[in-house]
Amino acid sequence: MTSEIRARFRVDRNDFTVDVDLTLPGSGVTALFGPSGSGKTTCLRAMAGLERAPEGLFALGDTVWQDEARGHFVPTHKRALGMVFQEASLFPHLSVRGNMEFGQKRASTAGKHFALPAVAELLGIGHLLERMPTLLSGGERQRVAIARALLAAPRILLMDEPLAGLDHKRKLEILPYLERLHRELAIPVIYVSHAPDEVARLADHLVLLDRGNAIASGPLNTVLSRIDLPATFADDAGVVIEAAVAEHEADDLTRLVFPGGHIYVSRRDAAIGSSVRCRILARDVSLALIRQTQASILNCVNAIVVDLAATETPGQVLVRLDVAGSPLLARITRRSVNRLAICPGLALHAQIKSVALLG
Amino acid sequence: MPNADLAAVWLTLKLATVVTLLLLLVGTPIAWWLARTRSRLKGVVGALVAMPLVLPPTVIGFYLLVAMGPHGPVGRLTEALGIGLLPFTFPGLVIASVIYSLPFVVQPIHNAFGAVGERPLEVAATLRASPWDAFWSVAVPLARPGFISGAILGFAHTVGEFGVVLMIGGNIPAQTRVVSVQIYDHVEALEYTQAHWLAGGMLLFSFVVLLGLYTFNPARRKAP
Repeated sequence: MTSEIRARFRVDRNDFTVDVDLTLPGSGVTALFGPSGSGKTTCLRAMAGLERAPEGLFALGDTVWQDEARGHFVPTHKRALGMVFQEASLFPHLSVRGNMEFGQKRASTAGKHFALPAVAELLGIGHLLERMPTLLSGGERQRVAIARALLAAPRILLMDEPLAGLDHKRKLEILPYLERLHRELAIPVIYVSHAPDEVARLADHLVLLDRGNAIASGPLNTVLSRIDLPATFADDAGVVIEAAVAEHEADDLTRLVFPGGHIYVSRRDAAIGSSVRCRILARDVSLALIRQTQASILNCVNAIVVDLAATETPGQVLVRLDVAGSPLLARITRRSVNRLAICPGLALHAQIKSVALLG
Repeated sequence: MPNADLAAVWLTLKLATVVTLLLLLVGTPIAWWLARTRSRLKGVVGALVAMPLVLPPTVIGFYLLVAMGPHGPVGRLTEALGIGLLPFTFPGLVIASVIYSLPFVVQPIHNAFGAVGERPLEVAATLRASPWDAFWSVAVPLARPGFISGAILGFAHTVGEFGVVLMIGGNIPAQTRVVSVQIYDHVEALEYTQAHWLAGGMLLFSFVVLLGLYTFNPARRKAP
C-alpha cells in the first residue's frame, strides 16, 4: 500500500479560501500543521467526504473517492476510512464494545486487518470493554475512538487534533499509543495538529497550511529545516533527528548515534540499537569556530553552514547547517554572525545545549 | 360503573392508542425534517404543525368538518373512493385527533433530534453506516427521551380532547362518544355522581401520566 495520495480541494470559507493541491505519501504519518483557521480541518473533512468540495479530487492510489471533473463523489459511508474527531464522540447509548463493533460490523470483510482483542490490547483499553462511555476519562474515550476507527478496516486514518481537547497529562498518556500505531500500522495516517511537539513526535511528512494554502509539503525534516518560511514555528523552530541508542554509560548518560555523530542524553531505558526521535530546537544550538573543550556543553557536532535568514525577532538570525547530511538549525544573534563572519560554506562546530527525546 | 361509561372509557383508550401510533409514524419524519433542513419552508411547516397549540379546538373541528363534509375536498375524495363520509365516524375522529395532537408529538421529537446534533451522524458515516442505518442505529436511540415524551403527551392530549370531538364526532355511543363527552352528558343530565367517577378518573390518569413523564424520563445526556 505504497500508492500515493492525491488531494486537491477548493472550498470557500467566509473569510478565506481553502485551496490546496497535495501529493502525499501512501504510508506513514502526514501532519497537516497550521494555526487555527488555516483550513486544516476543512481539508480533513473534505478527504472524509463529510464536506463536498466543488472542484475536488481525492484519490488513494487507484481508488478515487472524489473527482468532480468527472462528477464522481463517493459518500462518506462508502469510503474505507477511519476518522478520529477532536472530541471522542463515542455513542453514549453503546458500551465501549458496542462502539468498537459499530464500524467493525459494517465494514467489508475484505479489508479487515484487525481483531477486536488485538486492537483493544494495542490501545490499552481491554479492561474497559463493558463500560459505558460516560464513565471513561477523556484520554480513555479518545483511545476507544481510535480503536473504533481502526476496527472499521480503514485504508486511511484521518485524525483531527485528537489530543487538542485533553490536558497535558492525558496527552502524555495517549502519545505513546499513537507512536505505537505509527510503528505498527501499515495504512497512511493524516494527522491534523497545531501543536509542534505532536508533529515532531509523530509525523514523517509535513504539510504547512496558512490561510487555506499549503505553503510547504515534504519530509518532516526538509520542511522543518526550511528557514525561508514565515515564523510558522516561531520560538519552536528546530529539527527532528532519528538516532539509534548506542550505549548506556556509567554516569547515567545514554549515547545516541546519528549520521552526523553522537549525542548524549539523560539515561533512557531503551534497548541498545533501538531507534529514538529527538528534537533539537534552534534556540538551543550555538555555534563556535573552535571546538570548545573547556565548556559544560557535552554535545558538539561538526557542521557546515548552508544558509542564513532573518527571523521575526529583531537582531536574531536562523542558520541552517548540514551535519553529515542531517539538517540542523541554530538561532543566533546578527552580531555573532558578523563577529564570527558566518557565511554559507563555513565549517564550524555546533554546540547543542539540550536535546528533547521524543517518546 | 354503567355500561355506557365503560364503553366511553374503552373507546377513549382505543382512540388514544391508535392516534399515538399514527402520530409517531407521521410525526417522526416531520420532526427529522424540521431538525435537519435548511429549506426556507421550515418556518412555514413549523408554524403549521404548531397551529393546534393556539387555535381553539372548535376552529380546527369546524374546518375539518367542512373539509370532510359532502362538499369539502376531503369528503369528495373519500366518497369517490367509496369510503363514504368521515365526520361522525371513528376514522374521522382519528384523523381529527392526529391533527389536533400533532405538535405535542412533533415538538419533543424535534427538540431531541436537534440535541443529538450533526456529529454522531458524521461519526456513524465514517463507520460505514448509511444515512438510513445511522437514523435507526444512532439518531433514534439518542433521541429516545423525545420519543417517550412525545408518545406520552400525544396519548394524554388525545384522551383529554373535547372540542374537536364534539365538532367532528358528535356523540354516538361506542363510535365517537369518548370520556370527555360522556362527562359533559352526565353533567347536563345532572348525574353528578357518575360525572365524578369519570372526571376523578381523568384527574388521576393525568396526574399519573405527568408524574411518570417527569420522574422516569431521563434528562437528555450530552454525548461525550
